Amino acid sequence: MHKKVALFGGVYSNHLALEEVIKDAQRRKVDEIYCLGDLGAFGPNPNKVFPLLIKNKIKVVAGNYDNSIGNRLGDCQCGYTDPRDNYFAKLSYDYTYKNTSEEFKAWMKELPSELRLEIGKYKVLLCHGSPRKTNEFLWETTTPSHFLEKLCLDYNADIICATHTGIHWNRKLHDDKYFINVGVIGRPENDGNTFVGYTILEVDDDKMNIQYTSVEYDYKKLAEEIRKEKLPDEFVETILTGWWTTCLEVLPGKERIKGKY
Amino acid sequence: MELRLKKEYPKVQLESLDNLWFQVSGTICNIACRHCFNNSSPANHTFEFMTLKNCKPYIDEAVKMGVKEFYFTGGEPFANKELLQILELVLQFGPATVLTNGMLIREDTAVKLKKISSDSIYTLEFRISLDGYTEEMNDNIRGKGVFKKAMYGIKLLYEHGFLPIITVTKTWEELEENKVLNGFIETLKENGYERPRIKILPSIKIGQEALRTKGYKSYEYVYEEMLHDYDASQLICSNSRLVTSKGVYVCPILVESEDANLGNTLDEASKGYALKHQACYTCYLYGAICSNFYSKGRDA
Repeated sequence: MHKKVALFGGVYSNHLALEEVIKDAQRRKVDEIYCLGDLGAFGPNPNKVFPLLIKNKIKVVAGNYDNSIGNRLGDCQCGYTDPRDNYFAKLSYDYTYKNTSEEFKAWMKELPSELRLEIGKYKVLLCHGSPRKTNEFLWETTTPSHFLEKLCLDYNADIICATHTGIHWNRKLHDDKYFINVGVIGRPENDGNTFVGYTILEVDDDKMNIQYTSVEYDYKKLAEEIRKEKLPDEFVETILTGWWTTCLEVLPGKERIKGKY
Repeated sequence: MELRLKKEYPKVQLESLDNLWFQVSGTICNIACRHCFNNSSPANHTFEFMTLKNCKPYIDEAVKMGVKEFYFTGGEPFANKELLQILELVLQFGPATVLTNGMLIREDTAVKLKKISSDSIYTLEFRISLDGYTEEMNDNIRGKGVFKKAMYGIKLLYEHGFLPIITVTKTWEELEENKVLNGFIETLKENGYERPRIKILPSIKIGQEALRTKGYKSYEYVYEEMLHDYDASQLICSNSRLVTSKGVYVCPILVESEDANLGNTLDEASKGYALKHQACYTCYLYGAICSNFYSKGRDA
C-alpha cells in the first residue's frame, strides 16, 4: 500500500502561488491534493482561486474565512483580539467579500468543516484550526503535546492536520500519533523568504513520512496585482520581503521574535 | 460586593480546562496600586505564596485534563522565591505567562529566565502592567518610583530575548486612544524596548478600583437572556480555573468572593459557575480579557 497526498492551507487569494504548488505536487506524483481552507484574505482578485481548485479536483475544508464569506457574515472570524490586527483583517475581508462572485460564495457555503481519510493504518483528520474550533490557533510553542494527544483521542484520529496560523510545524506524539500544521501558500512564513510551502504526507506499508516543500512563484507579479487593487502597502511589503507586517499580535513570543516586526 | 437578588443566575460550564492560573504570590505585592482589583499589597496576606510542592499536584491534574497554557499572577509573582523553579517545571508541559509589575526583575533573574525559556520548546511570556507613559502618570496610580523600575525590568527582558506584553488598564476616553497608545510606544522605545507589544485591558471596578471609580451601576449584571446568541467561550470561567493557597477559584478576578471558591482539586472545581457578580459584566462586555492575544477558547 502506497499513498502520497499534498496538503496546504491559507491560499489568501494568492492564485499565482496556488498554480505553482499544484504543478509542483503533480510533478511529485501525489495521489490527491487537499486544501485546509482560508481561500481569501490579503491577496487580489479572489475569483481566480476557485477555477484552479475545481479544475485540479482539489478537496477543500472550510476555513473561518470561507465560512464567513459563504454564510455572508460581517467579519472573517479570524480570532484576532488586537485592534490593529482587526483593522487590517476587516479591510481585507471587506475587499474579498465584495469581489467574490455569488457562485464562489455559494460553493464555499457547502464546504465541510473537516475531512477524514484512511491512509494505510492511519486515521487522518483534516481541519482548519483545530478539530474542536475552526479558528483556534495551534502554534508550535503554545501547543502542548498532551493537549494534542487528547485531541487525537477525543476526535478518534492518528494524524491531525491543520493550518490557520500561517507557520508550518509538526510533532510526533506518543503511540504513533502525529500533529501536522501543513502551512499556508498565501503569504511567506515571516522569515524573510519570499517563497511559500506545502506538506506532503506519504505512507508506504504503514511507514509514514512528512515532508515540507518550499515553492517559488512570481511574487513580484502578485505584489503588482495587490497594488492595482489598492489594497494596503503593508500587504505588498509582506509579499516582497517575506516579513509579516500585519496580524502580528497573535504570534506567541517565540515565533514573534524570529520576525522583523 | 453587591449580589443580585434575582434567584436564577446564568450558569457557565467549564467546557475544557484550557488555562490553569496560579495565584503564585497570593495577594502579596511589593506595591499597592490604586486600581488593584484584589487589593494586593505588601501587607495583604489574605492569600499566601504557593510553593513548588503546592503547585505540583495541580499541574499533574491539569495535564491529565489536557490543559493548554499556564498563567502566573498575584500579587507580584517575582516576590515568590520559588517562581523560577515552578516555571521550569510547567514549561516541560506547556507555555507559561507571568503577569508582573517587572520591578523585581534583575540582571541575574533575566539570565535565568532566558535559560529556562531556551530549555523548553514552549513559549515563556511576560505581561507587564503600566498605567501611564510618563513617570508622573504611571506613578500617580502605581506609586512613587514604580515607572523607572518597571522600565528597567522591561529593558532587561527585551535584552534577554523576550518581547514582554505591556498591559495597560484603560482609564482614558475613546478619543484619546491613539494619543495614549503612541505615547506608550514612544516611551517604551526610548527606554530600550524597540518592539513593544501592548494589550489594553478594561478596568474591573471592584477592590481599590471600585473606590476610585465609584464602582458599577446598579443594573450592570449579566442576565440570563444576555447569554442567548453570545459566544460564552470568551468568558474565562468556560475555559480556566485559578489555583490559590486556599483552593481552586473560578477565575483570577473573583478571589475575594466566597462562592467563587469551587473546591480543593481541579476535578471538584470543574462544575459550572453562575455569573452573579458585577465583575462578570466586564468579562461579558470585553471577553478574553485575561488571556494573551492568541488564546481563544473552544466553541461554546
